[in-house]
Amino acid sequence: MSIVNVGALPKTSEGSSLVDKWMVKAHFIAGISFFFLALLAGLVFSTQFLRNYLFPGIEVLSPGRIRMIHTNMAAYGFLANLFFGGLYWAVPRLTGERVWKRSVSIFLFWAWQTILVATFVGQMFGYAQGVEWAETPIFIDPVVVIGVLLMTVNFYVPILRTKEKPLYVSLWYFTAAFVWTGLVYIMGNYLPQFFAPGVAGAAIGGLFIHDLVGLFVTPLGWGMMYYFVPLILKKPIYSHALSLVGFWGLAFFYPLQGVHHFLWSPIPMFVQYGAVTSTIAVEIVVTTVIVNFFMTLKGNGSILKTNIPMRWFYTGMILYFTTCLQCAFQVTLTLQQIIHFTDWVVAHAHLVMLGVFGFWLLGVVTHLWPKVTGREWFSLRLNAWHYWLTAIGTVIMFGDLTIAGLVQGFSWRSLQIWEQSLTASMPFWMVRTFAGTMIVLGQMLWVYNLYRTAKNPKRLGSEVPMLNLEHELAPASMTNPTIAL
Amino acid sequence: MAKSPIERFSTVFLVAGLSFFLFSFVSSGLVPWLMMNKIPTQSLDDLAKHIPKSFYKLAADYPQEFKLYYGEPNAASFKEAISLGRDNYIAEACWHCHSQQIRPISNEPQRWGKVSTADEYQNVLQMPQMMGTRRVGPDLFRESERRSNDWQMAHLFKPTNVVPSSVMPEFPWFFSADKHPNKRGLAVVAYLQWLGSWAKDSTDEMIQSIPKDNRASIQ
Ligand code: HEC
Ligand code: HEM
Repeated sequence: MSIVNVGALPKTSEGSSLVDKWMVKAHFIAGISFFFLALLAGLVFSTQFLRNYLFPGIEVLSPGRIRMIHTNMAAYGFLANLFFGGLYWAVPRLTGERVWKRSVSIFLFWAWQTILVATFVGQMFGYAQGVEWAETPIFIDPVVVIGVLLMTVNFYVPILRTKEKPLYVSLWYFTAAFVWTGLVYIMGNYLPQFFAPGVAGAAIGGLFIHDLVGLFVTPLGWGMMYYFVPLILKKPIYSHALSLVGFWGLAFFYPLQGVHHFLWSPIPMFVQYGAVTSTIAVEIVVTTVIVNFFMTLKGNGSILKTNIPMRWFYTGMILYFTTCLQCAFQVTLTLQQIIHFTDWVVAHAHLVMLGVFGFWLLGVVTHLWPKVTGREWFSLRLNAWHYWLTAIGTVIMFGDLTIAGLVQGFSWRSLQIWEQSLTASMPFWMVRTFAGTMIVLGQMLWVYNLYRTAKNPKRLGSEVPMLNLEHELAPASMTNPTIAL
Repeated sequence: MAKSPIERFSTVFLVAGLSFFLFSFVSSGLVPWLMMNKIPTQSLDDLAKHIPKSFYKLAADYPQEFKLYYGEPNAASFKEAISLGRDNYIAEACWHCHSQQIRPISNEPQRWGKVSTADEYQNVLQMPQMMGTRRVGPDLFRESERRSNDWQMAHLFKPTNVVPSSVMPEFPWFFSADKHPNKRGLAVVAYLQWLGSWAKDSTDEMIQSIPKDNRASIQ
């Protein structure tokens, strides 16, 4: 484990601590709690597919409502919370400046959790908004918008104040992610609901579905990777030029893909062709980023055997490459004929949301937990179990649903009666529930470990010399590949 | 190092953050939007100008309940029923298991009928649009009159009673304690029977316009 390398927290000129550990810890705990809620909702909903729904006939637990809770809690509860936790750690350390205001951070923390609980309750009681991924009830949306704006300011202040210029790669991603998130949220939640009917609404809804993953989750995720991977490896990223290509390629091509969620729809065909083309283009960009990270790893590959956070990061990257490669094919108008509307897409969604960004964040929490609690790991073995159960569960779920999607697609096309596709999917849906159970078990072991670690009497190596490593590694030296560390 | 203008906050913020996003919004959001604007958006009142026969049938099939919750089958009650039906369709996430979009491929027209076109979505009940991205159950854009009102009610009450291998959830709260449809149940079925009724009516009209002797060949 990398815990021996904990740097002392650099002090600001006033002497107070740069990183607000409480914020990091609080967002981690909240994120993991909502992760459980999302997982349980997914598991419960999956029993509907087995014709044995766990809570039949209870209105507030109606399966459809539980589905929306599943996806919303996964995105806004699990991923967003853990990202905020990671940002409260990474941004001050990269900039040497504290976030704007502690009172704002604390207010935002509670506001965000209130939004999540309100969304959860609102959806249970039938107030969901009818836009995919924007099911947050309409009356909560303004609060979310204000929250995102405040969060943006809170993190822009240190980025603007920093004396470290030019900005390090991670900060490009974070900077862009915040503008995008606000704009995307407003666009997706308001335009299709109040202004753009029908086909126009679908085009914008498609942009929203895609941008939420591509312009909120993805840049924050890559920003984290550019920060943590060189730190743990204690060496700079392989090529600064490739980092530039990756960022600008993503920034340009990613937003252009949204309409690929509605191929073969009445949206004008040339718009669909554009979306298909840029989706394929982004795959090339992604390849450069992956090359950059694997070349960085080169020579240190054995760290994946011992360092679980690194294992999460690189597994996530392999799955990222898989998803994007898959995407380049599934987006073609040919394959769309079979796979659209099927479980293939659900498989894809789980690979991205859990297999890539979920894994990265699990790695980030695993990396930071000893540092924010100041305790040594209770058990490294449990961390390994967590990894294997989750990773194997996710891969099984992905493979299983991908095949299920093909079965469904061909069944529909051959004009079999609809029920035939249900019967044929049944074994796959059983495997999905099984894989989901594995994933939940993995998280239970992990949470037990996190809890015991926080209560561990063994304090984290205070005798170990304080290296101040993180702050010194960041930014300039990491951007320059010629500086050997 | 000092001269790398593209690694500055302002460049990232303005170019990547704002400009690229706006470019994507204009090219793949605004352009189709403006193109669609040529088609007038139908209000609920416009929609109520074509009340499908199925709505009167619903009032006749459940006379007591219909009278109790909606009064007479007329434009006012039609508007109330289909918009409440749409609201429940959203709240129960029917749209996460059913699409409302028939593509011109994969034999979809053979299964469900006419390929869906842009004008069919240009109305207030498609704000937000309900095209959907997942089909656990079949497409519903041509559901009108595919099934009787009784079938729809029995199915919503407990789908496996009607289709044993179904994985669709049951919706007993669309029914009162004595298992008669309540206001919401009537609304959802009115909505389902409205979906695609416009296309059915136009096919009827088309058929009327064809000389009598030739009709048999299409019917
Ligand atoms: C978990 C996914 C799921 C949800 C949620 C769901 N359905 Fe279904 N639905 C199905 C499946 C599967 C079928 C096909 C089997 C059957 O007929 O029951 C189906 C069939 C139907 C049919 C019959 C279509 C036909 O003509 O063959 C209608 C109508 C319908 N659903 C309406 C609804 C409505 C209204 C809601 C929301 C209140 C809803 N469904 C929610 C899965 C779902
Ligand atoms: C216990 C593990 C899980 C189970 C059993 C599970 C189950 C499900 C089910 C049944 C659906 C609905 C699929 C459909 O409509 O056919 C779904 C959708 C979805 N889930 Fe999960 N899920 C799990 C974990 C996760 C996690 C951890 C995430 C994200 C981090 C996630 C993200 C999603 C997304 C994005 C969708 C929407 C897919 C789409 O509409 O294409 N799931 N999940």
